[in-house]
Amino acid sequence: MATTPNAATPTDFTANPRSLLRRWTGADEIAHLITLIAAATLLLIAVLLVYQLWVLSGEARAKFGWSFFVTKTWDPVAGEFGALPFIYGTLVTSAVALLIAVPLGVGAAIFLAELATPRLSSSLTFVSDLLAAVPSVIYGLLGVFLLVPVMRTTIQPGLKATLGFLPFFKGPAYGIGFLTAGIVLAIMIVPFVLSVSREVLLAVPRDQREAALALGATKWESTWKVVVPAARIGIFGSVFLALARALGETMAVTMVIGNNPKIAASLFSPGYSIASVLANEFSEATGNLYLSALIELGLVLFLLTFVLNGLARLLILVTTARGSGVLPT
Amino acid sequence: MRIVKVLGVLAAVLVIATCATLATAEGQVLLNAAGATFPYPIYSKWFDLYHTAHSNVQINYQSIGSGGGIRQLLDKTVDFGASDGPMNDDQLKQASVPILHFPTVLGAAIPAYNVPGVQGDLNFTPEALSGIFLGTVTKWNDPAITSANPGVKLPGDDIVVVHRSDGSGTSYIWTDYLSKVSPAWQSKVGKGTSVNWPVGLGGKGNEGVSALIQQTPGSLGYVELIYAIQNHMPYGKVKNSSGTFVKADLASVSAAAAAASKYMPDDFRVSITNPEGKAAYPIASFTWLLIPSKFSDSAKRDVVKDFLKWMMTDGQQYCEALAYAKLPKEVVTKEMKAIAQIQ
Repeated sequence: MATTPNAATPTDFTANPRSLLRRWTGADEIAHLITLIAAATLLLIAVLLVYQLWVLSGEARAKFGWSFFVTKTWDPVAGEFGALPFIYGTLVTSAVALLIAVPLGVGAAIFLAELATPRLSSSLTFVSDLLAAVPSVIYGLLGVFLLVPVMRTTIQPGLKATLGFLPFFKGPAYGIGFLTAGIVLAIMIVPFVLSVSREVLLAVPRDQREAALALGATKWESTWKVVVPAARIGIFGSVFLALARALGETMAVTMVIGNNPKIAASLFSPGYSIASVLANEFSEATGNLYLSALIELGLVLFLLTFVLNGLARLLILVTTARGSGVLPT
Repeated sequence: MRIVKVLGVLAAVLVIATCATLATAEGQVLLNAAGATFPYPIYSKWFDLYHTAHSNVQINYQSIGSGGGIRQLLDKTVDFGASDGPMNDDQLKQASVPILHFPTVLGAAIPAYNVPGVQGDLNFTPEALSGIFLGTVTKWNDPAITSANPGVKLPGDDIVVVHRSDGSGTSYIWTDYLSKVSPAWQSKVGKGTSVNWPVGLGGKGNEGVSALIQQTPGSLGYVELIYAIQNHMPYGKVKNSSGTFVKADLASVSAAAAAASKYMPDDFRVSITNPEGKAAYPIASFTWLLIPSKFSDSAKRDVVKDFLKWMMTDGQQYCEALAYAKLPKEVVTKEMKAIAQIQ
């Protein structure tokens, strides 16, 4: 006896084999299909993106091969292109940005989640979200007109006087360079670290804190030794979200990095990042090899983000495995 | 209910179809163009004036850069292009129909600087400029600069070189000039809209370069003449091939073009840097419209030819107000003859 299926009754395929049409018009199935299409579209866009980057960079890949990753010259006139200065610049500015933003962001998140009153916490989070919404060009302009003079007249000479023996703080103080770009990036990514870390810290169950306090821990010990470790996966996640933003940031970086494809140990030196060179040279690129080399740089950036994300997941895997007793601590 | 829904959809379709046909009504000619950013102010003024005079013509210009303009023209996504540097032979070979170059206005690149203690104009010789940009002349009190500026107290500070980070026609003019006056530059760097600069910081756009120059004491960079005039930036004189130190302004730039028009090739692809002529400014250049020599649509072809004629006669009067130098008469005469080649 065939019963007409509807949304209220769950479908039972074994007891009631329906026709193909009937099977596809049940509400559950339609919802399943629509959400599947949404996910598949996302995957399709990612695959198409990589495919297009791969195909359009074909000429440069054929000509340079693996040496593209280790060549230092970028010479459009002679047709020699190498990605090394840009990879270096991207990694250095992102590293400087993370070194500044992570302690700042996580520290602020701990304060807002654990130690501040709820009203203070929500209003400061609101301000931080506003910071995140500011367009990056504005950060670039603020960087050029406010930060660069301060760097050139005060901060860089100061660093040179105190820490000038380190190779990181040598060379003339132009005001623009890796350090300034790193600082501007840090200001841009702090809101990401802050908001995600704060959410994750707030999500740690209350009994964890109470158990720690009951065992005689001080407020700070309970926060630092119990709550933060419980939230560490989320905090790592926020750091890698911030890193992904820093790797791809274009306009703010290109205004303060100096746009000189140089590899130097000093943070005062001007440099170049992948996103900056793409923004600067793409529209005027004449010649197929030049264009193809720029697109290959885009592919390299994509690969870089992919590798760093993979490392992030590995790190999370290892820390959770260690934490849950699978690996020795 | 269903009938109403079906009728509603049909009505919507009909409305859209009518709008589409109305948009391409009889006599309407729509031209798409793309290319150089340097002449964008004068081009947009011209296209606007032309549309006011001929209301059925709409020319849509996108200033995406000379390289982009050439690419779009070769891909045939635009009807004509614009470029600060002429197309080279390889690019011309890639075009399906021969491309004609029509000079429109003149521009120049000037050396702007920020030297503490120096208020007036500095004189720069070709050797000084090429040495600075090659990185061999590193201090302001180097003999290459002081010998041309007797009586000016130049400090011993380092020269901070500023160039363009983005591809640009201004860079093309500058490197073209340096290639002509310095064999070392020609072999080491060459000319192009984007080159491998031996030294210096890169600023994005004329704005970026001038911001860097204004902020960095001891800096020297090059910007477009119009930009320097409108922003009241101090800039120096350059020694031309006759030995005179000339400051760039509309008269000296036009003099450079007039000197070059004597040996103007038929396809107008000429470089006018370092020309002869006592009053000529040595770092100037034409900017070109790139017009295909064959149009499949005769209405578009007629509009293009008419616009070119208008541009060379009436259009030139608007140049000086926007600080572009006009085309010299000899070049205009030659261009008028060349218009006949568009079919």
